[in-house]
Amino acid sequence: MSSFINELFKPELAFLRNAILLGLLAGPVLGVIGSMVVTRRISSLAGASAHTALGGVGIALFLQRVAGLSWCSGSLGAVAGAVFAALLVGIVSIYAREREDTVIAVVWALGMAVGLLFLDRTPGYVDWQGYLFGNILLISRESIIMTIVLDVLVLVPAVIFYNSVLATTFDPVFSHLRGLPVNLIYLLLLVLTALTIVLLINIVGIILVIALLTLPAASAGSWTKHLWSMMLGATVLSWIFIVGGLLASYYTDLPAGPVIVVIASAVYLVSLCTGKFIKKD
Amino acid sequence: MSCSCPPVIQVKDLTFSYRKGDAPTLENVNFTVKCGESGCIVGPNGGGKSTLLKLMLGLLVPDSGSVSIFGVSPAAASRRIGYMPQYHQLDASFPATVLEVALMGRARRGLFGRYSSDDCDKAVSALKEMGCSGLEKRSFSTLSGGQRQRVLIARALASEPELLLLDEPTANIDPGAEEQFYSTLEELKSRMTVLTVSHDLGFVSRGTDHIICVNRNVSVHTSEDFTSEAADAVYHHKVNLIRHEHSCFCHCSGKKQAK
Repeated sequence: MSSFINELFKPELAFLRNAILLGLLAGPVLGVIGSMVVTRRISSLAGASAHTALGGVGIALFLQRVAGLSWCSGSLGAVAGAVFAALLVGIVSIYAREREDTVIAVVWALGMAVGLLFLDRTPGYVDWQGYLFGNILLISRESIIMTIVLDVLVLVPAVIFYNSVLATTFDPVFSHLRGLPVNLIYLLLLVLTALTIVLLINIVGIILVIALLTLPAASAGSWTKHLWSMMLGATVLSWIFIVGGLLASYYTDLPAGPVIVVIASAVYLVSLCTGKFIKKD
Repeated sequence: MSCSCPPVIQVKDLTFSYRKGDAPTLENVNFTVKCGESGCIVGPNGGGKSTLLKLMLGLLVPDSGSVSIFGVSPAAASRRIGYMPQYHQLDASFPATVLEVALMGRARRGLFGRYSSDDCDKAVSALKEMGCSGLEKRSFSTLSGGQRQRVLIARALASEPELLLLDEPTANIDPGAEEQFYSTLEELKSRMTVLTVSHDLGFVSRGTDHIICVNRNVSVHTSEDFTSEAADAVYHHKVNLIRHEHSCFCHCSGKKQAK
């Protein structure tokens, strides 16, 4: 064990340390936002948001290199694309509920198509595979700072507004009648979900991000009977999945994203089988 | 209850359609429920019961005509309305305890929703009134359908409503619990206006003042004049009306709607 820790602190493994640190910092965000995504059943909306992040990246890099807008970075584009898609689908779902799944499918595919077209016409090398499948080498100091900021943005409202969040998630119609700002809470959740997705793209990539967002919460949900304990359980599971997956990937020389998702899926299956035996009463 | 107050529900010349140009779901609807009265909304599936309920809750806005609750708009009166949705509209595996669900009836306006010990007491006594004592710490998702419905009524009661709207409260009553449920309902009617919605099985208890029959148009009957003929006219086919000692049920016997 100590030799392993010594090895982890080798200077050439800074990328792995960064990835583990990012995973630990992302745990609480994943726990809270993941639980909300699962209980509000918006995982396909989150999927559309993740894929539109690539659209944002494509447009941003194109503008940066062709139009010379140096501030227009890939990360900024990812945030803009993900938030735009989440809010677009969210607003459609508030005002025209019956066509929500179609809109999600269109945004999902169009977001990615636009990204690929712009990346195709962007001069110079673009690591688009890194966005799709994750690349922990892309994790920078800025990613770590962004994660800490996101921790604060997610945890503070989750604690302060817990009762309102619980009520609106359980029954939006009843909560609306009680005078709770249901749509405001929903749109805030969508923005925070989009930011969480962008944060996770470096670790597991766009294609697998939904798994990492939903599996810890879905597993924790089988064993818990409060929303807060589901959030806590999902946080701990996220830590185990990400750190365990990163280390397993390092030692087996397999890509990190898929290893993390396979571990998370295995635990989810176990939770499904054991959930009904663990008394919730 | 004094009756100098404005009517609990007043619907005037209401017409509503989901899309412009479509045949209206509800047409030229007029009825009034005064304070101290209660009623039951009956009618076939697709007849507009849920639409009428949503209009009374302010979730939909009429194309023409008006709905007023306690003399004001439904949106302005929403905190005086206790609403019980059908439990299957909610996530069956949502992680919340029975007490947490009942406490949602005490939710305040705005984002900051801290519950006081008084809120807690009111939620607990509402659960007790609905015969759910001892279930407080149970997970809502492990309850039977009938228990869930009673907890959702308790949540509505915890908000101390003056008008209680119950969507299909009789659909999932646990066998053997009917009598208890009906007597609890009678008890509630002495304190507030209770309006229930029922689809093919309209239960019309003896204390019900109005039977509001909805099938695009609305006709209002009393439990005495709600005969088989009246039921047939609403459902557009033969309906068996069975009067019990406490209540009268109407069962639909026809499979096809004549219209």
